Amino acid sequence: MEESRLVLSPSPHVRDEDTTQKIMLTVAAALVPAWAAATYFFGLDSIRLVLFSMAAAVGSEALFQAIRRKPITVWDGSALVTGMLLGLSLPPSLPTWMAVFGSFIAIVIGKQVFGGLGANPFNPALVGRAVLVASFTAQMTTWTKPFTDAVTSATPLAGGQASYAELFFGTVPGSLGETSALAILLGGVFLFYRGVLDYRIPVGFLGTAAVLSAVFGQDVVYQLLSGSLLFGAVFMATDMVTSPITPAGRWIFGIGCGLVLIVIRFWGSLPEGLTYSILLMNAFTPLINRWTRPRIYGQGVKQA
Amino acid sequence: MVKVKSFKGGVHPEYNKHITGDKPIKVLPAPKEVIIPLSQHAGSPAEPLVKKGDSVLLGQEIGRSTAAISAAVHASVSGTVVNVEPRPSINGRDVLSVVIENDGQDNRAPMNGHPDPIQLPSAEIRQRIESAGIVGLGGAAFPTAAKLNPPQDCKIEYLLINGSECEPYLTADQKLMEEYTEDVILGTKLLAKACGAEKIIICIEANKPEALRKMRALAGSNAIQVVALGVKYPAGGEKQLIKAVLNREVPSHGLPAQCGVLVQNVGTAWAAAKACKHGQPLIERVVTVTGDGIKEPANYLVRIGTPFKDVITAAGGFVGEPGKVLAGGPMMGLAQYDLSVPVVKGVSGILVLSKQVTKDFDPMPCIKCARCVDVCPVYLMPVTIEKFAMNAMWNEAEDYGAMDCIECGSCTYICPSKRALLTWIRLAKTEIAEAHRRQTS
Repeated sequence: MEESRLVLSPSPHVRDEDTTQKIMLTVAAALVPAWAAATYFFGLDSIRLVLFSMAAAVGSEALFQAIRRKPITVWDGSALVTGMLLGLSLPPSLPTWMAVFGSFIAIVIGKQVFGGLGANPFNPALVGRAVLVASFTAQMTTWTKPFTDAVTSATPLAGGQASYAELFFGTVPGSLGETSALAILLGGVFLFYRGVLDYRIPVGFLGTAAVLSAVFGQDVVYQLLSGSLLFGAVFMATDMVTSPITPAGRWIFGIGCGLVLIVIRFWGSLPEGLTYSILLMNAFTPLINRWTRPRIYGQGVKQA
Repeated sequence: MVKVKSFKGGVHPEYNKHITGDKPIKVLPAPKEVIIPLSQHAGSPAEPLVKKGDSVLLGQEIGRSTAAISAAVHASVSGTVVNVEPRPSINGRDVLSVVIENDGQDNRAPMNGHPDPIQLPSAEIRQRIESAGIVGLGGAAFPTAAKLNPPQDCKIEYLLINGSECEPYLTADQKLMEEYTEDVILGTKLLAKACGAEKIIICIEANKPEALRKMRALAGSNAIQVVALGVKYPAGGEKQLIKAVLNREVPSHGLPAQCGVLVQNVGTAWAAAKACKHGQPLIERVVTVTGDGIKEPANYLVRIGTPFKDVITAAGGFVGEPGKVLAGGPMMGLAQYDLSVPVVKGVSGILVLSKQVTKDFDPMPCIKCARCVDVCPVYLMPVTIEKFAMNAMWNEAEDYGAMDCIECGSCTYICPSKRALLTWIRLAKTEIAEAHRRQTS
């Protein structure tokens, strides 16, 4: 018998079919409804910004890895997702070069300097976005009305007015991917169904925001549907790499995000607190993991 | 909707039970030569009682130990001892083995049966099980007599008979329950009497309706309960079974007896019945030969000591080029490099995966998806222990419960980055155990 060719390796000998690449592409697919909605509302700007963000993210990753003489791993899809997330979080009128710059920061400063995929403490897309807001505050807070090029300063969260229906369908000024609650929820349900999204983080995040809005006498539905809260709670806070790995930890993380967001929205000088709420909680992720170790089977049980 | 019992964690690998699920158990003719390792069980190896040139009878004891945890071994054919020498075994090490040339006569050693063994006193049942060399046939091969005799301060309340067979591909236990129902039930009653358990529960995964039906029909009285388990790996893990069926937990580093439970495999019950009724030692067992690399997958009743290659040949040989030959199933089975290794008491299957389906997995960076945390049936954080092991941080690995790992492999199975989590945890366990040994010596 052909023994010499038998493969020896430790168990288990079979693996689940899901791969990291499939997970990343699933997230990208889940962002398509939001992107499609953005393109419907804001036209070619949506295509321009998201495409350039994605290309810049993938290009920056390849370039950085080539310079460091490391294997180029852009095919894993993670840089693509980062670029897509960043692109969808930008205002429609932003110049292309700023989007490219943001993607470069997201990948190089947000991810590669820490060691690449899986090693970054902060959500790379949000790092890119935070740097853009700090560097180009005016351009990053210039909004256009859907279906027009008309500039407006009033997003629904910053003094603007919108009906629940407008907020739900997304016909309001805002960042590209964040305006349509419907499109975001479609993507979120798809991710949940595919086992890529843990419900605890968005539920904890949105639940806390809703409860606190009610406590402080704000319109709960309006608070949930306006701004980038929904987009962030579904797509940004749930980033696997930068959120806790324990079930209890994910609850704490989501609730913490909601808490910080509401503090910034109600008492901060910024109109929106999503970016900083998640980045702040990202910093706590290692600690949360340490504090929320699951009880091991058979530990702390009474002997019969 | 039938109510099923389940546990937290676990995975759903492709079960592939259909390949051999409807194949009746065939008796595999005894081979020309059997190789009987003196250590087929957990605990001390047996000492040989025969030497080169001796003639032996079928069922004759050829190895024995006086150690507290060990098991006797018996000749599975009659014939002549060709040699007593180290031979390759399924765990990759050479083990002192008795090699017997089969004379084809099956001349039996005297076997002391009993027409109604349930009348035997419990001490005698234990004694018969011990002298029959019975070990746990589910795979761990722990000597059964020792398990039936738990520490003085533990009262056994429940006997769980494990017919879950959650390991993919394998159908040996299923066929045993379907075809030897009577003996399995008798063995169940004998084991219960031997350990003094008041309540008996037979646990079978819900994907074996025929086995459930037959066992229920014969279990009869209310003394034996038959429950359906949710189909999920590792439902048949001792700790998971106890959690699912009784909602009790075995204390960490403790014994099931400490929570009033004893778990025995259905094959063990069958072997106990044979030992008490016919006085027959453990010289044969049911083995599933299966996989896409086998021409005629089947369930065989195989003599202990039959070389793997004889079983594979009987099953029509390989289809194309074999990739992996496993002793056991795909989740916990041991890969083999030498097909002269014999079927031992703990081998419930021979799985041949073809070259095409034998994949080499390149680990990618961990993306902290936490699926390993979600599926771990003892609630560990495999990814964290892996990280500690990679950095030789053994104290931290122990603190995070590495020693509680049951090595089911669910973490490695589910990992989308194809990381060898269990392999690293095993390394941590070895290092931690070694450190403890150094400390105590």
